[in-house]
Amino acid sequence: MSLETSTLTQPGILAAGEVMLEAHSIVKELGRGAGKVRALKGVSLQLNAGELTLLMGPSGSGKTTLLSIIGCILTPTEGSLTVAGQSTDGLPPEQLARLRRRHIGFIFQSYNLLETLTAEQNVRVALDVRGERGSQATVRAQRALQKVGLRHKLKSYPSNMSGGEQQRVAVARALVGAPSVMLADEPTAALDSENGLAVMQLLSEIARDKSRAVLAVTHDPRTIPFANRVLRIEDGLIVGEERRAEGIETVHELARNRKRKANA
Amino acid sequence: MTLTIAFRNLFHDRVRLAVTLIGILFSIVLVAVQLGLYLGARRMIISMIDRSDGDLWVMAYATKNFEEAQPINARERYAALATPGVERAVPMITSFADWQKPTGGSTLVVVIGAEAADGGLMPWNVVEGDVSGLGARDAVIVDKTYLQELGIKGVGDTAQIGASRVRVTGLTQGIRSFTVTPYVFTTTNRARALLDMPADKITYVLVKVAPGADVEAVRAAIRSKVPDSEVLTKAEFRDRSLNHWLFATGAGVALLGGAVLGLVVGTVIVAQTLYSSTKDHLSEFATLRALGSSSGYIHRVILAQAGLSAVVGYILGMVIALTIVYLSEATALPIVMSPVLALVLLALTLAMCGVSAVSAIGKVMRIDPVMVFNR
Repeated sequence: MSLETSTLTQPGILAAGEVMLEAHSIVKELGRGAGKVRALKGVSLQLNAGELTLLMGPSGSGKTTLLSIIGCILTPTEGSLTVAGQSTDGLPPEQLARLRRRHIGFIFQSYNLLETLTAEQNVRVALDVRGERGSQATVRAQRALQKVGLRHKLKSYPSNMSGGEQQRVAVARALVGAPSVMLADEPTAALDSENGLAVMQLLSEIARDKSRAVLAVTHDPRTIPFANRVLRIEDGLIVGEERRAEGIETVHELARNRKRKANA
Repeated sequence: MTLTIAFRNLFHDRVRLAVTLIGILFSIVLVAVQLGLYLGARRMIISMIDRSDGDLWVMAYATKNFEEAQPINARERYAALATPGVERAVPMITSFADWQKPTGGSTLVVVIGAEAADGGLMPWNVVEGDVSGLGARDAVIVDKTYLQELGIKGVGDTAQIGASRVRVTGLTQGIRSFTVTPYVFTTTNRARALLDMPADKITYVLVKVAPGADVEAVRAAIRSKVPDSEVLTKAEFRDRSLNHWLFATGAGVALLGGAVLGLVVGTVIVAQTLYSSTKDHLSEFATLRALGSSSGYIHRVILAQAGLSAVVGYILGMVIALTIVYLSEATALPIVMSPVLALVLLALTLAMCGVSAVSAIGKVMRIDPVMVFNR
């Protein structure tokens, strides 16, 4: 896996699969009065099924704010967001929570596992909040852990697992509800090189599922080879989009097609 | 799962759990003792009235309670007896008196004079001797609880009331007075002699209404015949005695106030520890919110935490409270624990922990879910 070149394009042009999430002209103002800050200044993006997209940018560029908004945790000051075909405009917090539990899976930098629960229970929580309980939920949780290679750690507590294992539990937890969109916040930041690469490998495999889009916020350049697409954010704006080889070919094809049409 | 999370949160920090349980324990034991004393006091105040086999009580006007009776004319009994619908009218004498201990010194007692043959108020729970023994010369029956207070050791011992000698011929168990003043049972005539009461005086007439007769109608008829006395139903006299001792004197208010204080202190301690536990697990609650849990889900976790604390605290608290109840049985101020009180305590504990959970829930509801990214 390698990122062949760096091509700046208009965000969202290169839709490879079904659009699972679409943000349009998102503006977010934080604070009040004189302390008011415009964290996002009109961000538009699409997350497509079957793609692993990286969102990269320096500290303070608005990555986390954007992740919070597209994860339906924060609401935008302006702009619109559609998740799995459902607009979030004007939805009250409880409806946004419902949207999150149905369509969004989160992976956090610090794993955010519940320390007092076993790996299996941590994964089962994601089903429990959706009202899915009983033996079926247990089987699904076990399968999700098997998928991330942790079948043997079902009854282990986070404190008895390595960082990489904990992050894989977090991936299983995000995955178990079969979300349309998976959002990862710096998934490799707390991991060593080997574990970081393993987690990215896992995310890229998950992203191959054509019913799911994956977005990872990162500034770890080691993650780039796993991505289908890289979005660059700076100062509250998406300033660039880079695609892997096949993506660039698509750009070239699009350009050729446009030229052909113009000539015709 | 909410119960599992609550359970694990609770037992994860053993020190905090201990503080929570001590708070609940303290509260339950304090409330149990206060309410148990209140019930015990209630039972003592009305025991004589409840034990009497009378539907109506004829007594001096404004009699405040059973013990503080004033003399009435003995002919009131005959007036009552002559009233249609009256099956029986029994005279009774009750008054405070000085008990001269054989060991020296004196103590206040309540002398109760009645006749077994008339169906008057007789001692119950007699554990030594016999009620019929009251027919013997100078005979009195007292309660075992007060032997030390009366300066005697048991049956056969003698003492003095007023200028007359009395001899203990029987002992009861558990007949205690709210005022901690020992009851001394004897016959009407002996009571009159001990109290130096004129032969034409008594303190109560216990009226038994004939089967099928209307109590209110009989009462009205007796009232018209004894205008100088008051005629109360058993329930009215019980309420009046309770009101006097528990509320007019402030004793009951103090006991209930103590119970409320226990609840307040318990609530504050539980609220404090629950709040601090919630604060420690705030990032986990934020994670649950990020995972899409509803507010109700979070509320359930916190309430389950409070509920578990309540149940564990209640069980431990009741063990201590029942031990105290057991130890108080032989004292002058017994603490009563009834199944209803046990259920009330459980309800109060759950309510206390539920109220305590409010501040924790408020804290969680104010979480900025974005904190999941900054953990």
